[in-house]
Amino acid sequence: MSDLTGPAPVTALGGAAFEGYVRVAEEPQRAMFTLRGDLSATAMKNAATGLAGVDMPGQGQAALNAERMVAWMSPDELLLTLPWAEHDKACAQLDATLGDPMLNWGDVSQARAHFSLSGPDGAVREVAAKLAPVDFSPAAFPQGSFRRSRMNQVAAAFWCPAPGRIEVICFRSVADYAFRLLSDAARPGSEVGLYA
Amino acid sequence: MSSRLAKGGRLIDRGAMRDFTFNGKRMKGMEGDTLASALLANDQVMMGRSFKYHRPRGVVASGAEEPNALMGIGTDGHFEPNQRATTQELFEGLTAESQNHWPSLEFDVGAVNAKLSRFFPAGFYYKTFLWPRSFWEKVYEPIVRQAAGLGRAPKDRDADTYEHLYTFADVLVIGGGVAGLTAALEAGRAGAKVLVLEQTAHWGGRAPVDGGEIGGVSAEEHIAALVTELEGLPNVTLRLRCMGAGVYDHGYILGYERLTDHIADKSGPRHRLWRIRAAQVITATGAIERPLSFAGNDLPGVMLASAVRDYVVNFGVAPGDRVAVVTNNDDAYRTAFAMKEAGLDVAVILDAREAGGGALAIAAREAGIRVEPGRAVAKVLGGKRVTGVEICAQAGSGSTIETIPCDVVAMSGGWSPVVHLWSHCGGKLYWDTEHAMFRPDPEKAPTSHDGRAFVRCAGTANGEMLLSQVLKDAAAQGHAAALAAGFEGTPSGLPEVSEVAEIPLAPVWIMPAGASYDKRSKAWLDFQNDVKVSDIQLAAQEGYESVEHAKRYTTLGMATDQGKLSNINGLAILSDSLNEAIPQVGTTTFRPPYTPISMGAIAGQGRGETFQPLRRTPLHAWHEAHGVQWEPVGHWRRPYAFPQAGESTHEAVNREITTVREKVGLLDASTLGKIVVKGPDAGRFLDMLYTNMMSTLKPGRCRYGLMCNENGFLIDDGVVARIDENTFLCHTTTGGADTIHAHMEEWLQTEWWDMQVHVFNVTEQYGQIGVVGPLARQLLELLGTAEISKDELPFLGWADRLVGGIPCRLYRISFSGELSYELRVPAGQTLALWEALMEAGKALGVAPYGTEALHVLRAEKGFIMIGDETDGTVTPQDLNLHWAVSKKKEDFLGKRGQLRSHLSSPDRWKLVGLETLDGMVLEDGAYILDAGQNDRGQRNMQGRITSSYYSPTLGRGIAMALLKHGPDRMGETVQVTKLGAEPVAAKVVDPVFYDKDGEKQDV
Repeated sequence: MSDLTGPAPVTALGGAAFEGYVRVAEEPQRAMFTLRGDLSATAMKNAATGLAGVDMPGQGQAALNAERMVAWMSPDELLLTLPWAEHDKACAQLDATLGDPMLNWGDVSQARAHFSLSGPDGAVREVAAKLAPVDFSPAAFPQGSFRRSRMNQVAAAFWCPAPGRIEVICFRSVADYAFRLLSDAARPGSEVGLYA
Repeated sequence: MSSRLAKGGRLIDRGAMRDFTFNGKRMKGMEGDTLASALLANDQVMMGRSFKYHRPRGVVASGAEEPNALMGIGTDGHFEPNQRATTQELFEGLTAESQNHWPSLEFDVGAVNAKLSRFFPAGFYYKTFLWPRSFWEKVYEPIVRQAAGLGRAPKDRDADTYEHLYTFADVLVIGGGVAGLTAALEAGRAGAKVLVLEQTAHWGGRAPVDGGEIGGVSAEEHIAALVTELEGLPNVTLRLRCMGAGVYDHGYILGYERLTDHIADKSGPRHRLWRIRAAQVITATGAIERPLSFAGNDLPGVMLASAVRDYVVNFGVAPGDRVAVVTNNDDAYRTAFAMKEAGLDVAVILDAREAGGGALAIAAREAGIRVEPGRAVAKVLGGKRVTGVEICAQAGSGSTIETIPCDVVAMSGGWSPVVHLWSHCGGKLYWDTEHAMFRPDPEKAPTSHDGRAFVRCAGTANGEMLLSQVLKDAAAQGHAAALAAGFEGTPSGLPEVSEVAEIPLAPVWIMPAGASYDKRSKAWLDFQNDVKVSDIQLAAQEGYESVEHAKRYTTLGMATDQGKLSNINGLAILSDSLNEAIPQVGTTTFRPPYTPISMGAIAGQGRGETFQPLRRTPLHAWHEAHGVQWEPVGHWRRPYAFPQAGESTHEAVNREITTVREKVGLLDASTLGKIVVKGPDAGRFLDMLYTNMMSTLKPGRCRYGLMCNENGFLIDDGVVARIDENTFLCHTTTGGADTIHAHMEEWLQTEWWDMQVHVFNVTEQYGQIGVVGPLARQLLELLGTAEISKDELPFLGWADRLVGGIPCRLYRISFSGELSYELRVPAGQTLALWEALMEAGKALGVAPYGTEALHVLRAEKGFIMIGDETDGTVTPQDLNLHWAVSKKKEDFLGKRGQLRSHLSSPDRWKLVGLETLDGMVLEDGAYILDAGQNDRGQRNMQGRITSSYYSPTLGRGIAMALLKHGPDRMGETVQVTKLGAEPVAAKVVDPVFYDKDGEKQDV
């Protein structure tokens, strides 16, 4: 059954944004799928890369093409994101491609809250570094990096789609907590200058 | 008097005056001052009173080691006690108050303690307050607490904010003195990513004050050049006002950055805690000068020799007009030169060494300074400040030879390298007899995960006391650290150093050597905790031979300064008393943090709204807007009830229950765990996890299941729906969502790795709404939901349907006993569905209901609740759930546990219902009394209440209980405890109070 039926889904915070020394914004709804199974299986690779139009990412990496992303989550898990408009088509295609019963997928589009940090590259990195035990330096976290980590007390995954931008997802129920943390970390007057 | 000098002061800006207040008195300082230097400039030598005897105390040091000049800084929400005046930078409008006195600093009632000091020896508390035992808590402790303590606790909520910062480095350098900068440059040039932390506001440490020429320029100019080059390296980060607080396992280091303590604008974060991972750590933390132990060494005006010259050179402040220098080493002579150069008097240099000093002593004599070798301080004269010293021979028992007037005593007992950070993570020390100090033992360094050293000390912190040696060592350590971190640099050439040679010190632990008891009981070791030489000697005499015991008995080194000035002197006295060598007695343990760090910095963002994550369902805001009363369930908030205007919570719960029984209610069940189990072995997997059979479930159908742990105790329950041949959806309890998911993954990953199963926790992907009550179907039909009749969607079936145009999965499951549909809906459409249901249900009398109504509804039906009827020691059989425990299955988690004799005993407490004879509500958690007493004289029990509610449906109290042989005792009357009252009689009944045959849910 199509999730696109009925009223358009709302995101957890309705697109909240905070203008700090970097901009913190809740991102619009995106299609998001968890893919589980043997990452070297052809069907698995075809499912992910075919929909996203990117190559398979390595460990700690996300292969990106605008809203399309395949990210390495674990040795048997990928995260696939697509524009929301392609959600239904993607569900059908995943069903079709992942015929092997040990290649599985789940829809997690609405299980997550999704934020972006944008602004000067160094500032974006240090705001993230206030919250997660991740080396966000340009050398250690270049474009295309992906880390499963935490934001203070909640699970979170971070990736760098482009210089001056870091995106992060967490569970939907803690969206408000995450947004407050990110906004506080981006508060003007709390600049560190770590990556300046 | 102490005063501002007409010129000098390398750190102050004489053009920028700063007003501040001390104990309400307005004073003026300068930009660049510390609070201590500004107070001295205002002739405020006395800065506080001591902890135990309330003796007048002045500033002793000029840095982080200061024990005396502790202040309450700031006002209201920005107030903090016990701040060191020596590390507090002055800013416009600063307010400071001294501590430990009443009614005033000048006149203090508590000072009477000093007169009684004979009666407060070491171990006083332990000895005095032993008897009678009952007096400790009620009498002695409150009095002791009232009299003791340092600053007052803040009354207001902390108005400041704090944050953390995670960062990573190849080489972390702690200490921005000449050694730290040299080491950093060496590592930086090699290409390592270097982070340098300096706790003060200035680079260079002591070198600019203590002099020497490096590469043909002054130390100060050399430092400026080092900083300039380091700033130019992109791989080097420099941070001032950031202290290396602690070194922990695996290269984890805490840095404590003070951001607004030095400025009037408090709008930004106050402190930032740097959480650093470094491959290599260099501690270039310098050394701390040791006081000398002579009678009256705690009077205001007695200071460390290095501090005296710091105030003169750095701040253009004269701690007094006339100084007597007392020393056992050459270095302190520099203080005499600094005083002289500033135009102040040097009354005398007392050099405890029989043969006197080296080149500096010669220079002093040449400058016309009176130098007295072999001489010591017999006693310091003065009350609230120094007026003079009586001098004596160091060798004797202290007969006064001469009295010399002075208003400052500059003392130096040698230097102790700051080995704290080296020691935090296990670095060991060795005793250097020549310099009388503990030094880091490079053979016994702190080691990391790979067993290799990850901390090294550099410069003075490594025990190098001469500038040329400091630079050589620092460069070598910087090079070695870079190499250990994987960077091969070319060692830089060392600059030419011009310095004065020094001759060794003579260890002097008590002055004079044969000091009488009278003198020893006035010779302070620990200024902050008022521990004297005589106290340590008494402790040794009483058998406290271990340094750790002597420390605790006397409280030496246990104050907020953690004995930075006192530890070595104290243990030298102890070893002398025990007739043992210092290294045999050993040091106490250095533990982080190096100096106290704020609780706010530790909490970081874990305060206020972000103290803890609050989990919100997609309907959270709706509930809030509709008068919800919340109940915390884990990190979630769930509606407890929705009281309407004029309604009590109890009335609301009753109304909600009646609405469900008679009309239709809506429940936000979004928090329930939803775990998809998928794969060819999904059925087999669930058969192992649940006590009952799940593999036989048909697609489209639901089954209630129980999960036990390996011991056979019930841990979770919920309805499992079979989606297709390979896919199941497992509902868990709210609290079980994450733990059961983890439980499943653990078994799959560690024991049943060969099973072809994947689990997906999709709890947050969906909201879930219970539409419950006899009118539930009617409500859904009002929203155009097709094919939901009893035949099309029977009880314990599920189907995908559109409800109000929104895609839902409808589960025909009931936790209330009524006709019920649980609607699983995508999270982003949950609110829309809820509002549509509320709107369409108006005509039917729909109302939302909360967890309390949910609880009562299920209790009326005799349904168990994980956490109420279970507590980790209850089996399914205890709850009469034998029907849900498969006899056919070969194995499942908990099967073997349940076969054990105690778990299968017929004497276990089992589930029953209870009704009071008068209809009242029993107390939740009450016990059911049995006859007689146990071997401890306690009344025997035979059961307990697990749930108890008022049932509006039945018009009386109902309860569920676990009772010994319960099911065999229907109709029996038992006695149930009641707090503060006589036991209550209750009748044992069937726990299903309502619709025993389940007709209402199956319509």
